[in-house]
Amino acid sequence: MKQQELIPHLFRTEFRKITAVLCKLFGIEHIEVAEDIVSETFLTAVETWPYKGIPENPVAWLYAVAKNKTKNHINRNRLFADKVIPQIAQTGTDDVEIDLSEKNIADSQLQMLFAICHPSISTEAQICLALRILCGFGIDEIADAFLSNKDTINKRLFRAKEKLRNEKIAIEFPAEAEVNNRLETVLLTLYLLYNEGYYSESRDVVLREELCFEAIRLTGLLIDYDKTNLPDANALLALMCFHASRFPARKDQNGEIVLYQQQDENLWDQHLIGKGAYHLHQASQGGRLSKYHLEATIAWWHTQKADTPEKWESILQLYNKLLQIAWSPIAALNRTFALAKANGKPQAIVEAEKLQLNNNHYYFVLLGELYTGIDNQRAKANFELAYTLAKTQTDKQTIQNRIVLL
Amino acid sequence: MIVYGRKTCTNQSQQNIFERMCPICYATFDMGCISNINILKLSKMEEYILIFRHQDGSKVASPEQIQAWMKQTMNWIGGIAAQNKFVSGTGLPFDDAKVVHHNNIVTNGPFGEIKETIGGYIMVKADSVDEAVEFAKGCPVLQGEGNTVEVRKIAKGDGIH
Repeated sequence: MKQQELIPHLFRTEFRKITAVLCKLFGIEHIEVAEDIVSETFLTAVETWPYKGIPENPVAWLYAVAKNKTKNHINRNRLFADKVIPQIAQTGTDDVEIDLSEKNIADSQLQMLFAICHPSISTEAQICLALRILCGFGIDEIADAFLSNKDTINKRLFRAKEKLRNEKIAIEFPAEAEVNNRLETVLLTLYLLYNEGYYSESRDVVLREELCFEAIRLTGLLIDYDKTNLPDANALLALMCFHASRFPARKDQNGEIVLYQQQDENLWDQHLIGKGAYHLHQASQGGRLSKYHLEATIAWWHTQKADTPEKWESILQLYNKLLQIAWSPIAALNRTFALAKANGKPQAIVEAEKLQLNNNHYYFVLLGELYTGIDNQRAKANFELAYTLAKTQTDKQTIQNRIVLL
Repeated sequence: MIVYGRKTCTNQSQQNIFERMCPICYATFDMGCISNINILKLSKMEEYILIFRHQDGSKVASPEQIQAWMKQTMNWIGGIAAQNKFVSGTGLPFDDAKVVHHNNIVTNGPFGEIKETIGGYIMVKADSVDEAVEFAKGCPVLQGEGNTVEVRKIAKGDGIH
């Protein structure tokens, strides 16, 4: 990996690990200090690597520098030392142990995840914090994800951190009774993180797929921990694995998106499909049917390339159920597509016209698809409307290709 | 009235805070996801209950027929849910049905001299009773002659209604 790719890559994977460990060490009230130290560590890397070359083991280098910076910070800043050191139980000021072992990193991240998803702050703020602390997102990226601006996100983050401070939230595993309540937000956050990687606004493919795998790894942490190894978490992991299995087939050599029908299924990752199937099976122990269960089962059907009536009837019924418990525009659109596959386009057109998702370009893509072969004039008009509404170049290009095919 | 009170699913509102695209669209019509989190506008619609009235609940249908109806019913409900207008609902199996009469006399099943019975209900959100009626028109129960769907507004529980 080239240097200009390596540092952003490491930022994605290591920022949250070191931050989580330091936060746990300092206590959540000093979350900014932890963030600063880790940011400085990366800044040092950016400044020195171009001159001195990339270290042999870049991760170890980052850990060592972060440790040193932490010790320096503690020694240098008396105020901080006065406040923090008494709180670091049973540890002398001279020899603060900064444990960056694999186990402590995993534990700290998981505990951090639960601390962030504390009920005292809003779900939105929880997701902002998780994206910032655990996913190393920049303020800009968070603002983009929330269709908001930097100021709003900064304020939201500030208030959330203040709240965590005031409530004296401990970075620890919640009590057993509390796990289920918090898990819902934790899973939603991981789901959003995965989505962020799955649909890239930019064309930076490597980086974005990295995000998806980070989400998979974080969800894996939940599975490794007995108390959170629950059906919903397994279902979410299955969902992620099934979709990730198609990554190698989703882009051509030029980075253009390859649509599902045109994908070479020999490129689908059978190992990930198998892993997904295992976790979906685990998820089915317990009689729960969350939205993750439904989405994972739909995703499983999409690992079967053959267009059978059974496939589309099953997908249609799964979407029918999904929409009853968790409506989203895309689920509504996909359900209508499945209806066309199962019961024919004329019936689907009637249902599609009722949806009226008029500011959604995918809505017009769907209408275009449905009218294709039935009324090509209308199909074209809908695709053109979709083209106008589409925001990214990739989407515009895909729609343009579709119009040409008419 | 078989259904009493108003069921609101807090779980659903929690999940609807963010309307976020799931990654599945790539797999179906393959156009990618919308990647932004929008705050869902709170709806000011009324809620209505659609009650399925069967003229003769003692009629027996074949398993194939029942399965076909199930599919149609699920697609009908899915169509309403796709418009984000589904609230809740359930079928009411005829097995083990009891009727408690005046003086606490209990009889088996709702089918005595009167065979008409209720087979289920769904609750929907709608801008007007007319819209709720349009939903009701698609109900597969109406394929049975003599069956009806009763459309009723849900009381708001605000002390006025």
